[in-house]
Amino acid sequence: MMNRLPATPAAVLLCGVLMVGVVLSLTEGAVSMPASGSLAAIWDALFNSERSGLLGHEKIIVLELRLPRLLLAMLVGAILAQCGAVMQGLFRNPLADPGIIGVSSGAAVGAVLAIVLLPVAWQVWAVPSSAFVAGLLTTLLVYSLARSSAGTSVVMLLLAGVAVAAFAGAGIGFLSYFTDDTRLRELSVWQMGSLNGANHQQVLLALVAFVMLATWFQRRAGPLNAFLLGESEARHLGVPVERMKLELIVLAALGVGIAVACSGIIGFVGLVVPHLVRLSCGPDHRRLLPLSALTGAVLLMLSDLAARTLVSPAELPVGLLTALLGAPFFLILLLQQRKQWSLSGA
Amino acid sequence: MLEIRDLLVEAGGRRLLQLDNLTLPAGQFVALLGPNGAGKSSLLKAISGEVGCRGELLFHGQSLRHWNPQERARHVAVLPQASSLTFPFSAREVVEMGLMPLSLSRQAGADVVRAAMIDADCLHLAARSFPGLSGGEKQRVHLARVLVQLVQAEKTPLLLLDEPVSAQDLGQQHNILRLAVRLAQQRGITVLAVLHDLNQVLRYGMRCLVLAEGELVADGEPEAVLTPHRIEEVWGYRPERYTTEERFALL
Repeated sequence: MMNRLPATPAAVLLCGVLMVGVVLSLTEGAVSMPASGSLAAIWDALFNSERSGLLGHEKIIVLELRLPRLLLAMLVGAILAQCGAVMQGLFRNPLADPGIIGVSSGAAVGAVLAIVLLPVAWQVWAVPSSAFVAGLLTTLLVYSLARSSAGTSVVMLLLAGVAVAAFAGAGIGFLSYFTDDTRLRELSVWQMGSLNGANHQQVLLALVAFVMLATWFQRRAGPLNAFLLGESEARHLGVPVERMKLELIVLAALGVGIAVACSGIIGFVGLVVPHLVRLSCGPDHRRLLPLSALTGAVLLMLSDLAARTLVSPAELPVGLLTALLGAPFFLILLLQQRKQWSLSGA
Repeated sequence: MLEIRDLLVEAGGRRLLQLDNLTLPAGQFVALLGPNGAGKSSLLKAISGEVGCRGELLFHGQSLRHWNPQERARHVAVLPQASSLTFPFSAREVVEMGLMPLSLSRQAGADVVRAAMIDADCLHLAARSFPGLSGGEKQRVHLARVLVQLVQAEKTPLLLLDEPVSAQDLGQQHNILRLAVRLAQQRGITVLAVLHDLNQVLRYGMRCLVLAEGELVADGEPEAVLTPHRIEEVWGYRPERYTTEERFALL
């Protein structure tokens, strides 16, 4: 028998945590500000009033630095978590994660290519587009390498991830070699995954991507469930399998590409979040996808809050923190899978 | 209802199955027999559209290729031999996936799922995690799922069972075969099942198709088809045949 949390209370709880996190993220940091003032500053900006009582530079900190960064953290977390959940469904394998199987690294090569080679003025759109294309190619490559009639082989999946990451590392290294010092510093922070430098354009881009992906994924939630039974079983249930696979691969690559373009490689969110949601609320994608988005938003927001405040006034790249949390988690999952393999004799 | 003409299935230049003419009428329980590699799975896969094939497969007068996928899912269901689902769905959730091509209200859906799980004798497993079930239990859950899938058929549906009893214990084997007979007789479903136990075929007296080396070598009543001579020809084993009160048994 299985113990599961019903989805609605779980969602309410997550929303509660999200609210608290939002307030903390706006008020905590190198410059501490009263919660009421920070929230009122947002109100002021929205409705053109003067109630916050904050000084000019404090308003700028809230509106131009903390708010976009907070929103970007939530959106990128939600996108990564949903893309992770969809990829795991697509690969029929709970270990698939954009970071582990190399899609993030692939997308990063695309992004770095655009950062280093293209003029700064083009970068707002060129970096995400180039990250998307490179991420898409990587996903298609890894998928064709790892798939077999019985689903996808974990070994091939991980090996492909290692190979792609190594290649991407070399590629990025090569490109960094030719770039100037300021861009180099930027690149290295970005590579570790950081939400530093979030701006309104990025937030807008991530918002549009998230809304589109979330709606589309949700429409495919039922067929994704059937897909987990096996490709032929899904086909027999009337699911247009080939079309759906292609569609989801493109959308997931798009999500990862945009996330990588906005914030660099933030690993393990796509692995840890869907896994936690499955453990507590079950694997049904109709609930898994929205709950993953919420949990991903909460997780990345809190990680970024920690990254900003732990060593304040300096800050850590948030990708380091998620990797610190995620890597041991991944090892535990691998150990569990190994137990299953030895039980099934494979 | 299902008419197959000049069917040819090939893979890698090797002929797997060649059928000139075969008709399955509505409400018939048909056993598909033959040694390993005779083309039984190829026939099921050709009908379910999983392998490419030449020839005509007419289902209710229309080529199966031209059926709308949703419509087709409500009329043709396939019970797989084994399952690769590793995500922790409950058995009930797996059966509920059979509702996907249907348009039922929530309550009607729940009733259909429950009835199918009773038929397939797996209602007691409803809350269990699917990956933790035994092979036979998993297959019965899938059986319930494909039964659900066919409840909204407007025309006679076709149920393809790929070795439905090979993972089951003796009691369950007979439950499933009796269920298949009932589906054919009472609901008029055409059932095509890959079976291996010839005595079960004799016991339930369904029509049998015997395939050998990709060709249909016999088609008819089990008493007429399953002669010791033919069994030796096809399977390379000569059984003894006993007659008891109007029935045959093979040893």
